[in-house]
Amino acid sequence: MSAGAAKIPVTVAEVTPVNELVTRFKFVRRDGGPMPTFSGGAHTVVEMNDKDRVRRNPYSIMSDPADRGGYSISIRRDDNGRGGSLFMHRQVRPGMEMVISNPINLFALDLRARKHLLLAGGIGITPFLAQIKQLAGMNGNFELHYSVRTTSLASYADELAANYRPRVHLYHDDRGEQIDLPALLDGQPLGTHVYVCGPKGMIAWVRKTATALGWPREAVHHEEFLAPASGKPFEVMLARSNKMIQVGEHQSLLEAIEAAGVEAPYLCRGGACGQCETDVLEYEGTFLHKDHWLTPAQCASGTKIMPCVSRFEGKTLVLDR
Amino acid sequence: MLEGTIPSRPVYGALEIRPGRLHLIVADAEGAEAILDLAASAPPDFFAGAQIIYLPKKSGDKFVAGLEQLAPAQLYVGPSYEAALPRLRRVLAGAHMGLQVYLAGTEGLMGQAMLEATQAGIPHSAIQAEHRGSTVRRVQCVHCKGITEDVTHDPFRCAHCGLHLFVRDHYSRRIAAFQGVRVDAEDPGNIPESVERFR
Amino acid sequence: MTVIFKEETFHDDFTFRNSPEAVKRFPFPFPEDSYMYSVNLEPHKSYRPGSVYERTFDVDEHYVSEMRDRARVLAEDPLRCQSLPHMTLAGWDLLELIMTSKAEEYPELFELHRDGTKWHWINRPLGIEQKFTFLDETTLPYGPMEYITRQTQGDFAVLDQRDDNLWMDAGMVTTQADWSLDFDIGMNFFEWHAPVPKAHEMGIFQRALKFLLNVQQGSPARRLNWTMTVYPLLDTSPENYHKWGVMKKDLTLENMGQMMHLRVELQTFFRLPRSNALVFPIRCYLIKLDELVTVPKWARRFHRVIRDLPTELATYKGFVTNRPKIVEWLSKYDDGAPTSPGIWPD
Ligand code: HEM
Ligand code: FES
Repeated sequence: MSAGAAKIPVTVAEVTPVNELVTRFKFVRRDGGPMPTFSGGAHTVVEMNDKDRVRRNPYSIMSDPADRGGYSISIRRDDNGRGGSLFMHRQVRPGMEMVISNPINLFALDLRARKHLLLAGGIGITPFLAQIKQLAGMNGNFELHYSVRTTSLASYADELAANYRPRVHLYHDDRGEQIDLPALLDGQPLGTHVYVCGPKGMIAWVRKTATALGWPREAVHHEEFLAPASGKPFEVMLARSNKMIQVGEHQSLLEAIEAAGVEAPYLCRGGACGQCETDVLEYEGTFLHKDHWLTPAQCASGTKIMPCVSRFEGKTLVLDR
Repeated sequence: MLEGTIPSRPVYGALEIRPGRLHLIVADAEGAEAILDLAASAPPDFFAGAQIIYLPKKSGDKFVAGLEQLAPAQLYVGPSYEAALPRLRRVLAGAHMGLQVYLAGTEGLMGQAMLEATQAGIPHSAIQAEHRGSTVRRVQCVHCKGITEDVTHDPFRCAHCGLHLFVRDHYSRRIAAFQGVRVDAEDPGNIPESVERFR
Repeated sequence: MTVIFKEETFHDDFTFRNSPEAVKRFPFPFPEDSYMYSVNLEPHKSYRPGSVYERTFDVDEHYVSEMRDRARVLAEDPLRCQSLPHMTLAGWDLLELIMTSKAEEYPELFELHRDGTKWHWINRPLGIEQKFTFLDETTLPYGPMEYITRQTQGDFAVLDQRDDNLWMDAGMVTTQADWSLDFDIGMNFFEWHAPVPKAHEMGIFQRALKFLLNVQQGSPARRLNWTMTVYPLLDTSPENYHKWGVMKKDLTLENMGQMMHLRVELQTFFRLPRSNALVFPIRCYLIKLDELVTVPKWARRFHRVIRDLPTELATYKGFVTNRPKIVEWLSKYDDGAPTSPGIWPD
């Protein structure tokens, strides 16, 4: 299989500041045709030509899945990140030509659910914006609990409250408001599914609380894109292509492989989908596994690595690529 | 013991206590022993939040007193699965997330109760089941769709259409039954000797 | 290309046969002289004009008669088409996929006019014209999956994707190689494949599932599978096994060429956009041995494949009893000459 999902050449139609940290981008097809339909929770991988390197970051599509006029995403500026969000905030202007991927959904609604309980933290609201539009369009039973830092940083909160008021509940950190999770989870009808998207700590909290209350694992869904961590540079031998490559401090192993002109499979670029799984042929050193895909046993075996997020420290690493 | 065969055939484990708001336990015959074993590792307040639906079948009242001693919030002892079904459905209809379901006993009973629980919205993989006692099978005739209960012999005659069926290990959770297929389809009348495979 | 639709039957008098053109485009499934299960998956891209791989959904000379056969089977047993309640959206996805690709790829046979959600569908070969509202079940005579698959050759399994697995939660299955939708509905990938020998141990299903979970919108995949059938029966269901099983006894060396069929399934995989479900169309192509041996390369190779097939596979595929006869008959067409690589006639 070739690398990534099929690509869509797009033009940036709108760049709209939402608040001091978040900006919304709307993409339309360059050929004027309709975008592919998608399902709520899907993301697209945005390619950024940042000077001499190509970044590819996944972002949840927040627009109405039934609207084929264009895709919107919202990006929170991360001043300490690897630079993708800064590029989008600083360089991207309306009219610019970019390339994004076909939609990929790793955070789909379970359509069997009697009720969908959506829990968002901060910018984690984006996949829910699309899911809510999808659910509202099919008379779905949902409830949103959205936790924000301050009123001014509450992206899309007003719009959500105006459209879906009794089903939308807001919590402001600066007013000391917090979701009373045990009380919320307690008493939900059988067949309820809970979905959480937000900071790592919030996801862990929801999963732990739900498990402690006897919720089945299959009814608890979470979406967490890991940004590839920065780290010490390291050297890798790509055996099949017979190339020695350098992985830079702020570069992922996958990016380094691609930069060397070697095709490598991927979808999510966030350690979740399993597509980039790569066989290790030889190593001397320590793996820094960061993905959600490999089992602890696979990690311990030293035979696999997920190059989209994981790194390596040591003398030699030889990959089957 | 039930031997593991093909991947559609359910595998059963040993019941263990899991966190939950309400514990619903459904068992038949020797399945009661699995409940009593479970009680050994249960925290003191466990049965105060538990409801037991028990169908003694051939075991009579052998285990009933033992179950009473556990002092569950509710104990129902009934004559058959059909008789217990309205009650089981009522419990599930009123239940909330956090309900834990424990099944013990024969495959036929566990399969049918599992079906009710999954239809109520619990993923099948979150439901615990422990096999105890008889290995007789519930088998659906793939031709007429009728289900024959308590099949002991293979091949056997379908209780509905009368065809001679062999018993496959292929199992459907949605029907809560194994599959029975005409044994002499390619050579009508050539029916192998029936052997007792399930007791 | 204009297709002339044949009048023929797949039951009772069995008048099915292939035209010489249909034989030429038959999807012969063996790239080499032996066969074993493998993860034989490739992108479903259009290739070789005129071949069954050219269009998204191939429509051939058997279309009208196959659809009549489907209606007949469904009238006898409506359980061959089922959809669990949460799969309706996937049914609409499938309807859209089939209608848009057929209208685009066979404009002389099918038309689709869309004005927002007001759709107008014309199926010329079957004489159907339907105005309906997209996503509104009340405007179609059947559910969306049933409606469109009554007009599309091949079986369809519609798989819900959750918990890192695929679940067979809907389907239209009337041309199957001996498996029951009614029994398998609700099962996951490993469960419905449970009866298959060897492949589990070979790790084939684990690798195949990983691939399928990642099939992306706009990037469909395909593979071939095959078996053998006595008489041109599309419906070799377990439900009716007590009716067709006995027909295997009719096979003799004299009638082999007309009675015995190679049955090939062109299986494709598409991600569906609204539901995130996966659809698995299983298109069945039949060819009589008399028709098959008109291609010398196929005749030689097929003889070798059947002769050397592991017994477990011959048993599973249901021709182990008849195998000696089939091999004897085919051996007349194998002079031992080497065969060229690939599936196409020389
Ligand atoms: C998700 C789509 C698929 C569906 C719905 C599906 C369904 C089935 C079913 C119902 C059977 C018959 C099992 C029985 O005997 O009851 C079967 C057989 C089989 N399947 Fe699949 N399958 C799928 C994908 C695959 C893939 C991707 C592979 C392998 C790469 C595969 C390999 C096989 C094999 C080897 C058999 C045995 C066939 C024979 O020997 O005739 N399947 N499949
Ligand atoms: S690309 Fe998805 S896990 Fe690496």
